[in-house]
Amino acid sequence: MNTLTAPVSAAHLNYLLRIADSSLILGHRLSEWCGHGPVIEEDIALTNVALDLIGQARALYTHAGASEGRDRDEDVFAFNRPQEEFCNVSMVELPNGDYACTIVRNFLFTAFQRELWVALHSSPDAALAQIAAKSVKETRYHVQHASDWTVRMGDGTDESHARMQRALDYLWPYTAEFFSASLDDGEIAMSGIGPVWSTLETAWRNAVLPLLDVATLQIPQRTAFVSRGKEGMHGEHMRTLLSEMQFLQRAHPNCKW
Amino acid sequence: MNAHVNHKEWPLWEVFIRSRNGLDHKHCGSLHAVDAAMALKNARDVFTRRMEGVSVWVVRADDIVASDPDVKPEMFDPAADKIYRHPTFYTLPDEVNHM
Repeated sequence: MNTLTAPVSAAHLNYLLRIADSSLILGHRLSEWCGHGPVIEEDIALTNVALDLIGQARALYTHAGASEGRDRDEDVFAFNRPQEEFCNVSMVELPNGDYACTIVRNFLFTAFQRELWVALHSSPDAALAQIAAKSVKETRYHVQHASDWTVRMGDGTDESHARMQRALDYLWPYTAEFFSASLDDGEIAMSGIGPVWSTLETAWRNAVLPLLDVATLQIPQRTAFVSRGKEGMHGEHMRTLLSEMQFLQRAHPNCKW
Repeated sequence: MNAHVNHKEWPLWEVFIRSRNGLDHKHCGSLHAVDAAMALKNARDVFTRRMEGVSVWVVRADDIVASDPDVKPEMFDPAADKIYRHPTFYTLPDEVNHM
């Protein structure tokens, strides 16, 4: 049970939603592979990952709704919020691209999630700590799946290597947002609800860089670009994603099935 | 070698799952994978999604040597009338009958 009394602070709620939204939107993207995977085994693997991510989002939304005390349930968070209220990192809303792009994104983002879940084990928000303990097992597998394919394709044929490098060059700038400052960092640090995301960068780099090296991929130069999805500033792709994901509730409000 | 092997297809693997500790691994299906590590991972994703297992074996389908269905009569039929091969054929003395 949550030992904190509702309602929690806005910073606390945002912190939960940033994690939940990132899981949900990546889960939705991966669900688009259902029926389109390169081989049936991978089709099932990616769908499994998608379901895990959506499950993480559901648990976090339910917890956020209970902590907020405004009667919002998981469906309200997922289907009734406008785009600017979503605070997922921008990387997860990008279109899937080819399989290389899908795999590189999964690798970069789930490696970050793993550091986050581990750090959240000791959160004083007991419900959050519980969700983290369950999710870290799922995420470890997601990282493993993406790592295997990163090495196979990075250190594979000329064609697969070129596609992987292209995917990494495209996605790398979006990793800056994982660690960029948020307005409520100070409050989060004070409350100790969870790690300020910037503190996870060293652990993430230590996990990601050696694997990319094994995959014979070149780490792109850091640029000044920082995406701002965490603040609700999304790119054009988020609009089409949400219009599809939220279509049913928009067309038939409160419908159940 | 086998002329029918399609080199564009990944090799076929047979999957065996142990559902609980203490039980045997049972054959549960097959899948395609380029190597053993991928076969194990695929088996996890394809066959253990509903908590079916605690342990998985995979083996290349090519490496399984199977009996020939055409020689079934001579392989298996001779056992049909040898009831004395079953322990229940023998009557035991009362003293040991509750073994």
